[in-house]
Amino acid sequence: MAENSVKLHYNVDASDFTVAGQASGAVKKVLKQLGFSADVIRRVAVAMYECEINMVIHADGGEIDVEITPEKIRMIHKDRGPGIKDIEKAMQEGYSTADEKVRELGFGAGMGLPNMKRYTDEMNISTELEKGTVVDMTVLVK
Amino acid sequence: MTVKEIAERLALTPICVGDVEKCVTGCHIGDLLSLVMSKAQSGDAWITIQGNINVPAVASLTDCAMVIVAEGMKLDENAQSRAEQEGISIYSSEKSAYALACEIKECL
Ligand SMILES: Nc1ncnc2c1ncn2[C@@H]1O[C@H](COP(=O)(O)OP(=O)(O)OP(=O)(O)O)[C@@H](O)[C@H]1O
Ligand SMILES: [Mg+2]
Repeated sequence: MAENSVKLHYNVDASDFTVAGQASGAVKKVLKQLGFSADVIRRVAVAMYECEINMVIHADGGEIDVEITPEKIRMIHKDRGPGIKDIEKAMQEGYSTADEKVRELGFGAGMGLPNMKRYTDEMNISTELEKGTVVDMTVLVK
Repeated sequence: MTVKEIAERLALTPICVGDVEKCVTGCHIGDLLSLVMSKAQSGDAWITIQGNINVPAVASLTDCAMVIVAEGMKLDENAQSRAEQEGISIYSSEKSAYALACEIKECL
């Protein structure tokens, strides 16, 4: 099993909007090279992009670890942000605390977390106020 | 119809030219990126008034055939270079999203 696993690590810089999407873009390329189906690639890439953007606009950046095996792709996003006060609320479609600047860029529909939930098979959020948030998502290869 | 044919028919201004032989199979209008990511289909022509770096990123993630920046809105410089890297076809137009979508419907 171990030789069948690919591990990737990324740092997400919150000060620079132009790098947001870099990690999900890179993972998308790797999955393509490894021959995963278009459906799996889309689900992983969209979930990761949403999460990566959240790390930039709502938190202070952080780190992403990805583990790819033939059976599943697991993505762990750790940030150093303010944490999420009410996860249940945050998971609702349309709920967003994005400010005007971020909305002008097209974010703030409040669809990011619902998208992650929809596109992944497992999703766990652990969060601590003023410490940060960990979003752990898995896409199964069926 | 291919990206190239649609660009000609609709008199679009090319900003970044990717794989123009790709087939356009549908259309999506949207400016809220995470909504686009939940609704846009592979092969869509995506019409938006957004012009920032996230446009090529989202187009690539959703596997859109082409992006049309409508209403005469401009694409940022870094969005353009990102589009080139990703090989995304992006065009601009002075027309409204509605007018463009109506014309695309005639092409499908
Ligand atoms: N990593 C995070 N740290 C702190 N708060 C977060 C984090 N991720 C999400 N949130 C909170 O949860 C809310 C909902 O997130 P979600 O991604 O669904 O929507 P959004 O980012 O506001 O808009 P969209 O994703 O549609 O552009 C956010 O507005 C924010 O308040
Ligand atoms: Mg979000």
